[in-house]
Parts: sequence; C-alpha cells; structure tokens
Amino acid sequence: MSSLTEKDRPIVQLLLNTGTCPRCILRFCCVGSQTLYRCPYKDLMKDLKEFLKNNQEKEDTVCSDVVDPPCKRIRLEHTEKQPDDLNHNGALQQIPSVINENTAVENSVIEVCNVCLGILQEFCEIDFVKKVCQKVNSADYQFTSFVFSVSLPPQLSVRERAAWLLVKQEMGKLGLSLAKDDIVQLKEAYKWIIHPQLSEDLFEVSVVFAHPETDEECHFLATACPDCFKPAKNKQSVFTRMAVIKALEKIKEDDFLKHFPCPPSSPKNLCVALEIQCNNGAVFVAGRYNKYSRNLPQTPWIIDGERKLESSVEELISEHLMAKFKADSFNFSSSGREDVDVRTLGNGRPFAIELVNPRRIHFTAEEMKGLQQTINNSSDKIQVRDLQLVTREAIGRMKEGEEEKTKTYSALIWTDKAIRKEDIAFLDDIKELKLDQKTPLRVLHRRPLAVRCRIIHTMKSEYIDEHHFRLHLKTQAGTYIKEFVHGDFGRTKPSIGSLLNRTADILELDVESVDVDWPPTL
Amino acid sequence: FSQLQHNNFISCCRICVITLAEAHPLLQNGKTITSINYQISANCSRLQNKVSGKSKRGAQFLTELAPLCRISSSDGEEYTVYSCIRGRLIEVNENILSNPAILQEKPSTEGYIAVVLPKFEESKSITQGLLTQKEYEEVLLKR
Repeated sequence: MSSLTEKDRPIVQLLLNTGTCPRCILRFCCVGSQTLYRCPYKDLMKDLKEFLKNNQEKEDTVCSDVVDPPCKRIRLEHTEKQPDDLNHNGALQQIPSVINENTAVENSVIEVCNVCLGILQEFCEIDFVKKVCQKVNSADYQFTSFVFSVSLPPQLSVRERAAWLLVKQEMGKLGLSLAKDDIVQLKEAYKWIIHPQLSEDLFEVSVVFAHPETDEECHFLATACPDCFKPAKNKQSVFTRMAVIKALEKIKEDDFLKHFPCPPSSPKNLCVALEIQCNNGAVFVAGRYNKYSRNLPQTPWIIDGERKLESSVEELISEHLMAKFKADSFNFSSSGREDVDVRTLGNGRPFAIELVNPRRIHFTAEEMKGLQQTINNSSDKIQVRDLQLVTREAIGRMKEGEEEKTKTYSALIWTDKAIRKEDIAFLDDIKELKLDQKTPLRVLHRRPLAVRCRIIHTMKSEYIDEHHFRLHLKTQAGTYIKEFVHGDFGRTKPSIGSLLNRTADILELDVESVDVDWPPTL
Repeated sequence: FSQLQHNNFISCCRICVITLAEAHPLLQNGKTITSINYQISANCSRLQNKVSGKSKRGAQFLTELAPLCRISSSDGEEYTVYSCIRGRLIEVNENILSNPAILQEKPSTEGYIAVVLPKFEESKSITQGLLTQKEYEEVLLKR
C-alpha cells in the first residue's frame, strides 16, 4: 500500500492548483489503496491540503515519526471503525471537523475536476449510489452475480492524456519518470469506490455518463489522425471512445500539446448520468413441439400491418415463457419448420427460445414442468414436451438439426389418371433417390434461384383408391416434399408425377418425425 | 393486325408464370412445333439471363411488349410470345427446348414459357389487369 510521499508534493500542488480533484490526484500519484479512494470527498480534500501545508510548516514541527527520516510521512488512512472511535454507547463517533483557515475553502462550491469531469467527485457519493440501487430494485430483478459497466464520454481520454503529460513534465524536473500504465485508471478507481456500496446481489448495472459541454474537445484528433475516424452507419457520432483512444495512441506528443491545453481547462459543469440501465444475461429454454392445426403459421403472418392468420406456433409457446420469465423480448428458433397447413406429429420438432433480459432466471424442474403444463392447457393447436432450461449451445443444435438431420413425412397424394396397387408398389423399392429441385415457385419471391440436390432415402406406399394413396417418406434435410409430389411445373425432377407418369398433387402433409435427439428427453 | 396476347399468368405471391393460353394458335390441332428460339435479337438471348440473390439482381427487365421467344411451326408460321407484364425475368423454361412436345401437351404446367417477378409496387395492378378464365372466354367469343 503506497501513500503520498515527498516526491508527490509538487504533483499534488500542481494538480490542485489547476483544478484537479483529490481522487484524480491520488490516481496520478499512483496510489493503489482502494480504501483511500472510498474516503469521503471532503476528508480527502482536507488531507491533501494538510499534506501541502505541512510542507510549509516543516521547519516548525518536530518529526514525530522516527522510523522514516528524513521526510515526514502523512498517512491518509481512514479505517471504517476503530475502537477509539466508539463512544461508550458503541456508536461511531463523528470525526470532528478541524477549525482552521482551510475551512472556508472546504465549504465553498466544489470545482468540477478538469480531468474526471465530476465522475470521481459527485458520482461516487452515497446519493448517486442510492439512485442506482433504487433503479435496480424498482426494476425487480432476480439475479446471482453482477457486472458493473461504466461508459465514459470519449473526451475523458483526451483530458487524461493532457494531465499525464503535465505530470510527466513535472516529474521530469525531479529526474523521475512516470509511465502511463503506472497511473490508476479512472474506471478502475470508480469501480473500487462503487462496487462495495452496491449490494452483492446485482447482475449488470451499466451507467452511461456524458459531458455535453466538452463533447467537441476531441474533434481536433480528427484533423490530426483522420484515418481513425471513419463514419459508421449506426453510430451517431464519429468520435467513439475506441476511435479516440486509437487516435491518442497515434498522435505525437508535440502535436497533442499544440491542440489541447495542458493542464486541461476547468469545466463549468459536472458530468451527467445519462442512463442507468439494468440488464440480465439471456436465458435459453428448449423443448419439442407438436402442431395439430392445419391453419397455424410458425411465425406471425403479417402483411402490410394486417395479420393474415390468427396466432402462430412461436407466439403460443413464447407468451407463457415471457410472462413467467418477465423478459423484454424473445428469439424463437427451431430445427427447420413446416408450412401453415402441415401438422407435426410424433416426437415433435425441437425448438429453442432465447429470453432477452429476463427478470426471473431461477426455475426448478418442477416449475418447468408446471410451465409446460400451462402451455399445453392453453391451446389444442400445439403441445410441447421436454421443456427445459439450456445453454446458448442450443442455437447451434437447432441449426444442426435443420441442416443435417433426416425427417420423415406422410403425404396424401391424388392422381389424375387411375392407379392400381401394382402401379405404386415399385416406389417402396426405390432407395436413395436423387432429386434436383429448383427453388419452388411458391418461395421464389423471397429466396434466391438455385438448384438443390436432395435425397429421398426410403418410401412406403399405402394404396387407398383409384386416385389416392398415402406415401411415407424419409428424406434428407431441406427437401421440398410438396414439390416432389407435384413436380412444380417440371422444376423438381424426378417427382411422383413423373415417376408414375401422371399428374399428381398433394392433398395433405404431415411431419412424422424430426430425427434429432436433442433436447434431452425428460 | 390485332394480336390477342394469348398468355396465362399464374400468380402466386407475386411470382408470375407465363404460359400459352388455350386459344393460342400453337395449341390448336394439327400444329407441329419445329423450333423454339430464345435468341430474340442479335444481342439478347433469354437463355443468358442470370439472376443472383433474393432480389434477383442481374435479371433482364421485361416490358409488356418484350419478346420471350419465337416459336416456328411446320406450316411455316412463326409466333412470338410476348411477356405482357412488366418485371424481372427469373427463368425461361429450357425443358421445352429439349422436349417441345410438352409445350403442347402440358401448356399450363410443365410446358410453361417463363417465370417473371414484377416489381413489388406493381404486382397488385398487374394482377388486376388480367382477365379471369370467364372473361377470356367472353373475349374469344366476340372475335
């Protein structure tokens, strides 16, 4: 643990005179004691001033600390509680304010720090922390551990650089060097102070600071290092923190000093806390769904703001999850999908739902079962099974299921010319039938034109009557079944129509199985 | 000389398939197709149409009077099939080149001529400008 020594004196004096706050001064003196930064602002200011004053009174006082000649060390330690501080009732005694000539200065309006713009002044104090906690608690989150992220306006990097150059120069006079990395980072110091004050039970609290008054301070960097500032589509300003930091790394010291006052000027106003945002990490829920309706789309079907069909698979499942998890939004994905008029039977189709910014994240297996029951009770159009919490890898599994795994179907087929049992029997013997499927006309308006090679692994026919039969097929992922039946104007070859030498059409289609063994069966 | 454009448009989700309508001379008894040519001018062959991506970039743009192909029959007649609708040419049917018979046997399905994607803004007005089967028959009767 380091504290202020003789060599720091000129730095402290210089920075104090140019309008830098006590905590920033400690940072530039490389003071690494976290506790010190947590001391109240007033006390730190007082102690620094005493530290400086003691230099003048050096000749008059006796050095009481014999252990460290020749310089007199001032220990700026304040522990939270010391036995001596407790009065006979066990209550913490107030540290009496010292009445001396410095009091007048202490009680005057606090100057906004020319380096941190108030971040290590106002925004560490108990009032601001209370505000943050209030915001968090009112949003009613359930969480385990937290991440506190702070967003600082880019001009702070510029001011930090100017202050460093100033201090470096001063130390140079003493024959000492100061590396940029030795200085305590502003964000770090801020978090040292804030973290212990925030309850251990938070998740991600992010605070965004802005200082409109000095926003244009970093613009000079654009002329000095133009290639660091390229306009990006979605960003309001070209002067992002990263861009400013990159430019500061590039710019030469003399160039910097030409354009920016060193020491940095004293601002009139404090920083503003723009946003205090709470965010929980996303949770993933997976399961398998059955679809029993021939009139239900997988995702909402809305054209020109008008809903064409009522509800959707994803809405019927997600609405209950959203309510229970109290999330902001969801992302639904599944191992492939079926048309509006196709049923999904058998074990169902695997799906995964990402719940964004959920307020509740802890659910027992029992509760998940209950949730599954709620969904199943609410609709006879869909049913879900194996509902469970999973990790982010779920999404990868969905993709894998969609692109690689086989599916089996049952199709009710009509033919124009009459058929007999013998006419369709040969279909059962065809294995690994290769198809060339051009992008079906029915999706051509929203898909690129291409030819897909797909394989029908096996088929099994069931004769019904002269114009109807049922066909069971096992196919490669991504095969268009309807087009395989009717041929899509000859753009899918071969097709049932071409194989039977008739015009064939599909009356009904069911998905019998999606051959993915994920998520785990419960 | 008036020419009734005997074209069918089967439209589904904006995609239009252009086929010969039933009253087209080529579909009448006794006509034998001798050749189908997608090279409609020195510089333009419909066979060279290449589209890429969802928005079908690179497609040849068709106006109502753009020729799609020229078909010759054994009696020396030559017929030009026109697009009749505005839009991007997605594909022409190459199957009829190798098997002209399907043009006459299955004109509304496997014997189609071309697939066209009109501009999104124009698709509604195009569909409204078409004749229904009934209206088409009425027009034929009046001739």
